[in-house]
Amino acid sequence: MSSHAELPRTAVGIAAAVRAGEVRAVDVLEAHLAEIDRREHQVHAFNLVVAEQARQAAARVDAEVAAGRDPGPLAGVPVALKDNMCTRGVPTTCSSKILEGWKPPYDATVVAKLAAAGAVAVGKTNLDEFAMGSSTENSAFGPTRNPHDLGRVPGGSSGGSAAAVAAGFAAVSLGSDTGGSIRQPAALCGVVGVKPTYGYVSRYGLIAFASSLDQIGPFSHDVRDAALLLDVIGGHDPMDSTSIPLAHPSLVDVLDRGVEGLRVGRIVDLPEGADPDVQERLEAAFDALRAAGAAIVDVEVPAFGYALTAYYLIAPAEASSNLARFDGVRFGMRVDAADTNAMYMATRSAGFGEEVQRRIMLGTYALSAGYYDACYGRALKVRRLIHDDFERAYRHADVLLTPASPSVAFPFGAKGDNPLAMYLCDLYTIPTNLAGHPAMSVPFGTGADGLPVGVQVLAGTLGEVAMFRAGAALERAMDAARGVSA
Amino acid sequence: MPERITPTDVAKVARLARLELTPAQLERAAGQLDGMLAHFADMDALDLSDVQPMTQPYPLQNVFRDDVVVEGLDRDEVLAAAPVAEDHRFRVPPIVGLD
Amino acid sequence: MSESQHDLINGWELVVGLEVHVELATATKLFSASANRFGDAPNTHIDPVTLGLPGALPVLNRQAVELAMRIGAALNCTIQPCTFHRKNYFYPDMPKAYQISQYDQPLNIDGHLDLPDGTRIGVERAHLEEDTGKSTHMGGTGGRIHGSDYSLIDFNRAGVPLVEIVSRPDIRTAEQARQYVTELRAVLLAVEASDAKMEEGSMRVDANVSVHRPGTPFGTRCEIKNVNSVRSLGRAIEYEARRQIDLLETGDTIRQETRHWDENDGRTHTLRSKEDADDYRYFLEPDLVPLVPSPEWIAAVEAALPLLPGARRARLASAAGVVAHSEAVMSVVERGQDDYVLAVAAAGGDIGRALVHVKEAFADEPATPRVPPADLAALTTLEVSGALTATQAKAVLAEIVANGGGDPAAIAAAKGFEAMDTGALEAMVDQAIADQPDAWAKFCAGEGKAMGALVGAVMKLSQGKADGKLVTALLNAKKG
Ligand SMILES: [Mg+2]
Ligand SMILES: [Zn+2]
Repeated sequence: MSSHAELPRTAVGIAAAVRAGEVRAVDVLEAHLAEIDRREHQVHAFNLVVAEQARQAAARVDAEVAAGRDPGPLAGVPVALKDNMCTRGVPTTCSSKILEGWKPPYDATVVAKLAAAGAVAVGKTNLDEFAMGSSTENSAFGPTRNPHDLGRVPGGSSGGSAAAVAAGFAAVSLGSDTGGSIRQPAALCGVVGVKPTYGYVSRYGLIAFASSLDQIGPFSHDVRDAALLLDVIGGHDPMDSTSIPLAHPSLVDVLDRGVEGLRVGRIVDLPEGADPDVQERLEAAFDALRAAGAAIVDVEVPAFGYALTAYYLIAPAEASSNLARFDGVRFGMRVDAADTNAMYMATRSAGFGEEVQRRIMLGTYALSAGYYDACYGRALKVRRLIHDDFERAYRHADVLLTPASPSVAFPFGAKGDNPLAMYLCDLYTIPTNLAGHPAMSVPFGTGADGLPVGVQVLAGTLGEVAMFRAGAALERAMDAARGVSA
Repeated sequence: MPERITPTDVAKVARLARLELTPAQLERAAGQLDGMLAHFADMDALDLSDVQPMTQPYPLQNVFRDDVVVEGLDRDEVLAAAPVAEDHRFRVPPIVGLD
Repeated sequence: MSESQHDLINGWELVVGLEVHVELATATKLFSASANRFGDAPNTHIDPVTLGLPGALPVLNRQAVELAMRIGAALNCTIQPCTFHRKNYFYPDMPKAYQISQYDQPLNIDGHLDLPDGTRIGVERAHLEEDTGKSTHMGGTGGRIHGSDYSLIDFNRAGVPLVEIVSRPDIRTAEQARQYVTELRAVLLAVEASDAKMEEGSMRVDANVSVHRPGTPFGTRCEIKNVNSVRSLGRAIEYEARRQIDLLETGDTIRQETRHWDENDGRTHTLRSKEDADDYRYFLEPDLVPLVPSPEWIAAVEAALPLLPGARRARLASAAGVVAHSEAVMSVVERGQDDYVLAVAAAGGDIGRALVHVKEAFADEPATPRVPPADLAALTTLEVSGALTATQAKAVLAEIVANGGGDPAAIAAAKGFEAMDTGALEAMVDQAIADQPDAWAKFCAGEGKAMGALVGAVMKLSQGKADGKLVTALLNAKKG
């Protein structure tokens, strides 16, 4: 980020400087646009960069400041949006041909909240088509590359949003997490990524993958920015019936509380699968929190290992229904045919990629007559077991630590032709979505080939405060180790 | 978990989902789905007889709107984004074999 | 109902269950804030939810629930905690390619509706769901779906709140089916849940029809759609029963299928065979949360129910000493004029006569006629006392109704309807006998028609003021 080294790098820093009139939003934006010019052709984090709209938004922020008004807590902060969040008049594609060029006639709630807080949207980021994947290789518009190693994946499905922050194209970004789609790419790109409690952030305007699992959350350079972003986008939304009707405590305010007396759980029956370098960083994380005054306790989550099965029946089932609306009638792509039924078939077969079609079929199968009970029905019961196991664990621990990803960023094509191999990337993140709990990935040093490793901090329902206290403590420990003053 | 999933099963499912697969694609999909279902059979080991299905991550009930009209979308903006529109309506090919 | 329909058709019994969809009279849609209005320009009541745009989420309309609960209470249903499911199927006027409906836990269950003649028809369930858009089939032959060149879709109706009322298969005749729908409509209007207009489609009836030999299991049923009036419902059921009986009697079997009623040729036609049974893949709608009406809410809805048509008929009938499904009671209650008739009685009037007068003369009057109850009460009193003949009373009432009220005695006097004393009448009878001796002779000889001439003569002499019955009585008395 040489070209704007002198400018504040974090959202907290940028907003403070812009609100104080020390830095102009337009300069902050231009510095980020310069980074995009310099490296986006290699990284391909974006499906679309809206430079002109961003310049106008930044100018409005500066005008507000000049007029003595406060543009808001994200004044002049360049933010990137995963391309599955509706932005009025701005193409929103889910990285799918079936939505190519579609301009939503409305804004997602999070998009409106960011704008109201003074943030400056710079573009729409790449993803695995309809958020189905863990590498961003399943994008109809080409893969995103990991800024740390262009020969490797950024993770997924929110790979573009993770890469955009890691590459300095935006100070912060938003992703969506259905089975790990924020935390896993955050880990692979060396940034902070948070999946909040289900219902913490409105889903209105988020193009659904699996409605009972999807949550929007932030990517950022540090834990404080993630807290700031969640404070802005969180909260009750009457447009989302599953939105939690509670006021959430400010997370920014709890970061300096430390972890004295916090109970940090180690899952003794955690499924094998993490590479040694990742495992080593996890142990270091436990040590760091112990050193910071936390108590490490052992907990059991016996059903943890069944999460993958439950998830890959529940998520595709919901997706098969959520994606049925892409029928070529009201919006998006249509492949014409002699009758409506033939038009449906032609449109959906041409418009959806292979992985999306595979999951639609899997989900349709799981819900269809004769298989519902054995597939979807049983999966819902396994989901209950997993939830209850976690609830039991959280009687003994305030947070749990696991790897965010079993491995560091892997090379393109590494998972080959076997979908299951890719699905296993989410081994440690999926249970959280099934339970509806919050979890975050915090960069905690490097592993093989000097690539970033993320440690996952998990907490119970609305356990964001404890989770952020632990996340901030891990970050302080890393900064100290690196000799950075926190 | 059901034993095996055949290309015939996949064809039936694809039809339900309004997807058109070539015989080769059906074969390939059947193989992959069969592999997944074999893996998913791990849960058959669990006794779930007295476990309640979990359908809501955060239990809420009685979430309502008041019955008050709010200005909707602009018809022209919406129809401009439609694949085919005519006479202020969405146009589709003949509807046969559907009704 | 006509006797013939009571009878089995060559030993076959008809079995009918009805599925009635009614659009609720809300201001907005079931899950979004666009207007719920019929007949506006196409696609003028649309929003992201109505169009099933990506990212849109449903939020339940409280008033729709209130109205659905009213229907449940009026149909004697148990109102229970319930959930919403997705019914997945592709159709161009179904925006999300799934309908949000209720499945194994509907809002209202186990109710019943009593027909005017007392027949009780079970109501299995009355659940909430969303309506679809409207397709217009262009080209081809006259708006028919088959042979059309293409279709145009208007989503104004999409998402409009519906309650689907599913009867038990308790209906045994086409006439009962008509009465069920008519009575149900009266109930819906009474509780102001819907305008229930079959012609505008705010009330839509599908009939599940089968036939069987009494005492044997029910036969295979066919679902009849596109029935757009109470009259065609009867026709469609009669045709379908006939069709099934003919098939069975020629050794054929019935295929379970959906059939389309064609008003023009008066037949039902195969629409969709259910052999490849629809696989709707119902599952709990994850974008909505359970609906759990509190006991207080349910009690408030039940307490606020108006007196329903059946109860109003019973009330009027017992007051008037007639049967509840008598023509007068039916039509007076249908017009909502039963309170008025009771008011006339309360004002000292004769309720029997009042009921007949209101039925005969108040057809064009509002539920609360302009004529003060006291005036009609006074009129019936004059009749009872014999001061006015039935003929005279009709004439006086006509004027009262025309003027929106008036003193019947004064109007009668103005018309010269003063009652004549028996003495004067007897004199006129003697006069008539004297004038027509041969007619009198024939009458005494038992020639009934001779009486006509004598009565006519008396009427002439009295300028029509004489009471025909009285004259006859006098003549018979004199004949001895
Ligand atoms: Mg039905
Ligand atoms: Zn229905």
